[in-house]
Amino acid sequence: MKLLSRKATCNTHGQDSSYFLGWEEYEKHPYDEVQNPSGIIQMGLAENQLSFDLLESWLANNQDAASFKRDGESIFRELALFQDYHGLPAFKNALVEFMAEIRENKVSFDPKKLVLSAGATSANEMLIFCLAEPGEAFLLPTPYYPGFDRDLKWRTGVEIVPIQCTSSNGFQITESALEEAYQQAQKLNLKVKGVLVTNPSNPLGTTLSRRELNLLVNFITAKGIHLISDEIYSGTVFSSPGFVSIMEVLKERNCRNTEVWNRVHIVYSLSKDLGLPGFRVGAIYSNDDTVVAAATKMSSFGLVSSQTQYLLSAMLSDKIFTKNYISENQKRLKQRHEMLISGLKTAGIGCLKSNAGLFCWVDMRHLLSSKTFEAEMELWKKIVYDVGLNISPGSSCHCTEPGWFRVCFANMTEDTLNLAIQRIKFFVDSITTNNNQSHHKSNKNSRRKSITKWVFRLSFDGREPDER
Amino acid sequence: MEFTNMNRQLLSKIATNDQHGENSPYFDGWKAYDKDPFHPTQNPNGVIQMGLAENQLSFDLIEGWIKKNPIASICTSEGVNKFMDIAIFQDYHGLPEFRNAIAKFMGRVRGGRVTYDPDRIVMSGGATGANELVMFCLADPGDAFLVPSPYYPAFARDLRWRTGVQLLPVICESSKYNFQITKAALEEEYEKAREANINVKGLIITNPSNPLGTTLDRDALKSLVSFVNEKKIHLVCDEIYAATVFSQPNFISISEIIEEMECDRNLFHIVYSLSKDMGLPGFRVGIVYSYNDDVVNCGRKMSSFGLVSTQTQHLLAAMLSDEEFVGRFLAESSKRLANRHQIFTKGLEQVGISCLKSNAGLFVWMDLRPLLKEATFEAEMVLWRVIINNVKLNVSPGSSFHCVEPGWFRVCFANMDDMTVDVALQRIRKFVRQGKEGEAPVKNKPWRKNLRLSFSSRIYDEAIMSPHMMSPHSPIPHSPVLVRART
Repeated sequence: MKLLSRKATCNTHGQDSSYFLGWEEYEKHPYDEVQNPSGIIQMGLAENQLSFDLLESWLANNQDAASFKRDGESIFRELALFQDYHGLPAFKNALVEFMAEIRENKVSFDPKKLVLSAGATSANEMLIFCLAEPGEAFLLPTPYYPGFDRDLKWRTGVEIVPIQCTSSNGFQITESALEEAYQQAQKLNLKVKGVLVTNPSNPLGTTLSRRELNLLVNFITAKGIHLISDEIYSGTVFSSPGFVSIMEVLKERNCRNTEVWNRVHIVYSLSKDLGLPGFRVGAIYSNDDTVVAAATKMSSFGLVSSQTQYLLSAMLSDKIFTKNYISENQKRLKQRHEMLISGLKTAGIGCLKSNAGLFCWVDMRHLLSSKTFEAEMELWKKIVYDVGLNISPGSSCHCTEPGWFRVCFANMTEDTLNLAIQRIKFFVDSITTNNNQSHHKSNKNSRRKSITKWVFRLSFDGREPDER
Repeated sequence: MEFTNMNRQLLSKIATNDQHGENSPYFDGWKAYDKDPFHPTQNPNGVIQMGLAENQLSFDLIEGWIKKNPIASICTSEGVNKFMDIAIFQDYHGLPEFRNAIAKFMGRVRGGRVTYDPDRIVMSGGATGANELVMFCLADPGDAFLVPSPYYPAFARDLRWRTGVQLLPVICESSKYNFQITKAALEEEYEKAREANINVKGLIITNPSNPLGTTLDRDALKSLVSFVNEKKIHLVCDEIYAATVFSQPNFISISEIIEEMECDRNLFHIVYSLSKDMGLPGFRVGIVYSYNDDVVNCGRKMSSFGLVSTQTQHLLAAMLSDEEFVGRFLAESSKRLANRHQIFTKGLEQVGISCLKSNAGLFVWMDLRPLLKEATFEAEMVLWRVIINNVKLNVSPGSSFHCVEPGWFRVCFANMDDMTVDVALQRIRKFVRQGKEGEAPVKNKPWRKNLRLSFSSRIYDEAIMSPHMMSPHSPIPHSPVLVRART
C-alpha cells in the first residue's frame, strides 16, 4: 500500500517549475552590495519594498498599537485568546474601508461579507474549495501567476484551462479567446465552474479595461458561472487608466438584484499593496451568503494572527495615514517603473505598456535564437547564470508566446536596479557584438568569460570574480 | 432570494454540506452563553462558560515578559529596526530562530528527554490547520483514520471536511478500562474496516487526551507503536496539551518511544500548537513534526496555506529562546493548573460528583451517570439542558465527543478566575443538593426534534459579543453519529 497520499507524491504543487528554480539559484548566490557584488540580483520576487519608511514612522507615532494596548490599557489577554473566525471587527471594518479607498470610494464593501485568510494563497484555495468539485475547471487568462497551479489545483483537484491571450492586442482578453477556452474545456470533458482573473494583472502589470470587465460579466452571465477577481495589486496602480474594480462594473450595470451579483467574488491581500507578505493577511469578499458562511468556517485552517489583526486595524483606521500611504506609494512605484522601462529602452528592449504592479512584462523576443520555448529557456539560463539576474520566463507563467519575461522592480534599492539595468545593457551589447563576429569564435565559454569579466568590473571591488 | 437555490447548485458539495459539523444541538449551550454571559458584577446570574478549553491561568507571566522585552516586538521603538525584514519574510521554512525556538521548547516540555530537529518543524494555521495538513499528506479521499473515542468534536471538520478522509472511532470503554485504548479494540476496528474494503491509512491519538485529561503510559504507547508498525499504517500524535500535565504520571511523548523501539520512523508524526500550553490560540501557531522526510517536504509546501504571521514568529522566537523564562513558565503554569484542578475536583467531590482521574488538560471528565434518569443519551440531553438553563453552566455533553456511554460531561476549569470557579461550584452544589433535575422545565419531546431548534449557523454568526468577553471560536462538535446508531 502506498504510504503517502497522491497529493504528497505528485508534483501539482508546481514547485519543479523554472519559476522556483531561478529562486533556488538566487539563494545559492544572492547579490549583496558589499558581500557578493557579482551575485545574482533577485528580480523574480514581486515584493513592494518601497514604502516601509512610511509604515515605520506610523509605528513610531502609534506606540499603543505596537504594544498590545488600547487607550493605554493592555489588551494582550483579549488578543491572545481571540480566535473567532469572524475576525476582529475593528480590523475587518478598517480593511473594507481601505479597499474602498483604493477604489476611490466608487464602491463600498460590507465587512460582514469579508472573510479573512492566511494570505491570498489561502484565500484563492478556499474559494475554489467552495465553488468547484475535484475534476471541475476554472478558466484563467494567460499569462498568469505561476503559484496558481499550486493554489487553485493542488489540494482541490480542480483543473485550470487557459484563456489564450497574445501580444497582438497587448494580451487583452477577447470574446473569442473566452469562447475557445470554454470549448476546449468541453473537449476535455471538464465542467467549467468559473473564470479567475487577476486585476491588475500579474505578470502583465496592466489593469483590465472596462471593455474586458463587461465582456467577463456577459460571459459569466451567459454561461451561468462564477468570476473570481484577484485584486491584490489594486493599490499598486500608478498611472492611467485607473483601476476599475469588477464591483464598479456590476454597480454600473445594476446587477445588484440579479443572479450574477452572487457569482462574483473578490480576493484581496495586504502583501503587495502594503508590502507585508510575512503577516499573511488575505481576504475573500463575496455577495453570496453561502460562500461567506462556508469560507468563514474554512478560514479556521488559516486564520490571521490576532496580534497582526490588531496592529493593522489600528494602522488602517488612521485615514490620514492611509490616504498619504496610497498616494505616496503609487508615486514611488511609478518612478521605479519609469527607471526600468527607460533603462531597458536604451538596451533596445521594450516592455508591455503597463500602469500597475511591481514588475514589467519585458519583450525579449528579438534576443531569442529561435521563436521557441527552448530558446526562451536558453536565454533565461544565460540571464540567470551569466548576467546574474533572476527574472521569470514567460513559459513559467503559461504564456503562449516565447520571449517574454517578468522583471520585478520594487524589491530592491535604486542602486541595485541601476546595476541590473547596466548588466542587461552589457549583455545585449555583447550579444550584438558576438553576433557580428564570426560564428566560430562565439562559443558559450568565451561569452561566459567576457560577461563574468564585466560583471566583475561593475562591482567596484578588487576581489576575484566568482567561478560559477 | 429566489436565485439562491440555483446558485447553490453552482457551489461545491464541501460548501453546502454540513460536514463542517457546526449544525449540531451542541450550539444551544453556546447560544445560551452568548445571550446571557456571566459577569461577576454586571451579570452575576449569567451562564458560566465551561465548554471552552482555554488556558487563561498564566497570562501575567507572558505579559510580564513582553513588557520587559520590547525588542521582541517589531513595532516598538526598540524593535522597529527589524520591521521590514520581518514583514517581507514569507519563506515557508519559517524564520530560523522561530523554528529553533519551537524545537527547543518542544524538547523542554518533554523534560529534555527528547531533542527535536528544527528542520523538521513545519508551520500551520494552528493545530486545526496542522491536523488537516497531515491528512492531506497521508491519505486520499475515501481513505480512513482510526480515532479512539471519546475524541475532540472538531476532528470531524479538521480531518474530514476538505480532505474526504473517513474517521473510524475506536471505542474505549469506561467501566473496564477507564477509557484507555486497548489493542483488542484497535484490532477489531481495523479488521472491520478491512472487511468493508475501507483503506485504513493510520491512527490518530490525542495525548494528553481531550476530553479525558489523561496521558498514555509507556506500555500503552508501545503497543500503539507496535500496532501501527505491524500494519504499516501511520500514527499521528496530537500532543497539543503536552505542557498541561500537572501531576503524575509524567508526560511521555511518542518521540521517546520511537527512540526505544524498533520501528519504521516514516510512520510517525506529531501535531503541536501553542494554543493550549501557552494559552495563545489567537496567534495561530500550529506545528507539524514528522519523522518522514517526504511528509516534511510536502507538508512544508502545503504550509503556504497557513503560515504563521512573521510578526508572531518573531515575538515567540524571542520569548521561547529565553531559557530562564521558559523554565519558570512551564513550572508555574503546571502548578496553577494542578491547583485549579484540585479546587475544582475537591469541590465536586464534596457533593458526591466524581471525575475521571486525570493528570493533564484544561478540563475534567465529569461523571454524572448517577444523575441520569436512565442510562440513555436522551437522558443525557435532558440533564444537559437543565445544566445549561437552570444551573447556568455551559458544559459539553459526552455524546458530542462520541462517547459510547451516556452521562459523562467535559467541564473546563482553566478559562476563568478563582471567583468564577467558586460561583460555578456553588451552583453545582446547590443543584445536586436540591435534586433539581426532576423539577426542571424541560419539554417532553423526543430529543431528536430538539436537534433543529430554530437554530441555524446564521444565528450563531450574529452572536453579540459582550463588552468584556468576546464570543470565542467554538470547539465544533460533530452531530452525534454514535448516538443515532444506538437509539
